[in-house]
Amino acid sequence: MIQPAANCPNCGAKIVFRWSSSVQTVCEFCKSILVRTDVDLKKVGKVADLPPNSSPIQIGTEGVYQHQAFVAVGRIIYEYDQGTWNEWHIVRNNGSAWLSDAQDEYAVTFAAPGRKLPAASEAQVGQPFSWDNVTYTVTTVTQAHYRGVEGELPFQYWDKNDVVFVDLMSADGKFATLDYSDETPVLYLGEAVEFDALKLQNLRSFEGWS
Amino acid sequence: MSAGPNPPSPPQVKALNCPGCGAAITLRSLNQAVSVVCEHCHSILDAQDPRLTILQKFQAATDEGRPLIPLGTRGTIRGTLYEAVGFQRRTIQVDGIPYSWHEYVLFNPYKGFRYLTEYNGHWNDTSILRALPTVNSGYGSPSVTYLGQTYKHFQSAQAAASFVLGEFPWQVRVGETAEVSDFVSPPRVISSERTGKEITWSMGEYISGADIWKAFKLLGSPPERIGVYENQPSPFTADVTRIWLAFIGFLVLVVVMFIGFEASARNEQVFQGDYHFDPRDRSEPSFVTDVFQLKGRTSNLELKTDANVNNSWIYLNYALINQDTGQAYDFGREVSYYHGYDSDGAWTEGKNNDTVVIPSVPPGNYYFRIEPEAEVAPGPIYYTITAKRDVPQASFFGLALLALLIPAGLITWRSMNFEHMRWAESDCAPSNGGSTASSFITSIMNRGDDD
Repeated sequence: MIQPAANCPNCGAKIVFRWSSSVQTVCEFCKSILVRTDVDLKKVGKVADLPPNSSPIQIGTEGVYQHQAFVAVGRIIYEYDQGTWNEWHIVRNNGSAWLSDAQDEYAVTFAAPGRKLPAASEAQVGQPFSWDNVTYTVTTVTQAHYRGVEGELPFQYWDKNDVVFVDLMSADGKFATLDYSDETPVLYLGEAVEFDALKLQNLRSFEGWS
Repeated sequence: MSAGPNPPSPPQVKALNCPGCGAAITLRSLNQAVSVVCEHCHSILDAQDPRLTILQKFQAATDEGRPLIPLGTRGTIRGTLYEAVGFQRRTIQVDGIPYSWHEYVLFNPYKGFRYLTEYNGHWNDTSILRALPTVNSGYGSPSVTYLGQTYKHFQSAQAAASFVLGEFPWQVRVGETAEVSDFVSPPRVISSERTGKEITWSMGEYISGADIWKAFKLLGSPPERIGVYENQPSPFTADVTRIWLAFIGFLVLVVVMFIGFEASARNEQVFQGDYHFDPRDRSEPSFVTDVFQLKGRTSNLELKTDANVNNSWIYLNYALINQDTGQAYDFGREVSYYHGYDSDGAWTEGKNNDTVVIPSVPPGNYYFRIEPEAEVAPGPIYYTITAKRDVPQASFFGLALLALLIPAGLITWRSMNFEHMRWAESDCAPSNGGSTASSFITSIMNRGDDD
């Protein structure tokens, strides 16, 4: 994996990219949010303290999905009325995907551009939508807010406010999320995954739990 | 690959205090709990709020049932270590009578939450579903299909939390209701819980209390099972299949044996004699026949009596006597034949002959002693007796089959009885008509248009 190195424009610490295509990262020392430009790194903000979170995944956690190794390089934390959840940015085969962890329920999804998407107002619980010949039904509509970022992301993502997520499930375990953070919604398609199936390594340890 | 220079400090069981009474609050499920209940003052606290804001206080009787699995107890369920972190009692009303069951929240920091439910000593190991069941509406009894398997609707009810303790990964409130429906395919049950517009689907699998006691190393013994539970696997299902398979096996065997005996039966005539009996004759009617020999193995002997009875009867007291040992086989046979006309036309009753089989007659020299009886009126009756050795016998095989049918039928009946007891508790029981179910199904189908 290519690891281009640079220095944090804020504190001078060495910034190492785990993924060559990362657009944004967070300085591990001064928590500055850094965005890559053609020539260097630009500080665009600073991450406030992350909320307490018990995801067993951390930056550097490795696993296997569909026979390909992946590594978690970054994450976005969202907060909603039932607590927080994580969208871990995982990279594999030089491609980008998301491993979401909501109360230890896991799903792997990939950005699926080019599909016809409903407006947020159309996506109501119980409503079916079909993409790629799979019928998904809306199971939850979540009002969430951006709570923080960590590590590398494939796009600039910081300083967000309230966002709407629409989760959908199919009859055979396929999973979809409509992300209404931006004016143009983004669809992510994937599936629910079992913790054991991901063969995760370099996980967080929890006192009293081996 | 390293985790960076500042790895997050490992989370620990947090020590906090209840803002209501100051008692220590333990958060066993780390930061995953949404609600936590103070077990001293029964305050429901916001576990996601560092100040543990009180969301609700509820009254609990002092004799309130404690969890059978104490919170903080760990046990291995399907290979994963879980800790009991929450407990609630949920209550439904059926015809004004409250029925309660218990739910235990289990937690593992990597695998998340899992649930155990208990009703009348019947336990289920329950997880949230990761795929969406398909609701089958339309005609017939309602059902759901999940990963190709059909689950029949069992019951729908409004369930309210009536007692809570410990931690929950959702905002729990005492008194808050959810519409709960169960669909069964033993040993599994799929449950839907509807609050507002959202439906949560879960799957439970029947697990014995003994297995839970073993997994959590609990003291004493699990509560006695009462009745038949909705997804309790029938102890007879496997037996029913097995006994009918055995029955078919025996049937084949019996048929083969029958064909074999039929083919090997010698069916050999060993004696025949013609006699007549005149009731008007006042002399002693009894007499003995000539001696005849029965050879070979111990086998049966068929005795056929032909008599020219015509609107009359003859009764013959037979004794088959072994000349060598004196052993006698006594039996009586009647031959009667009547016919005539009445308003319905011609009728007949009886026939001119009778056949009887004497089983297991050893070889030897035998004779018959015969004592005929008849009415005086019709005059002399002529009759012939014919004895055949080693005749094929279908009735024996029929009896064998009947003997096999009895246990098969009994087990099938017990199995049907078990299913009857299961479904007697269902909304879909014939007497209940399943109206709750259909309204639930309708509400599922229409919920997209609610607002």
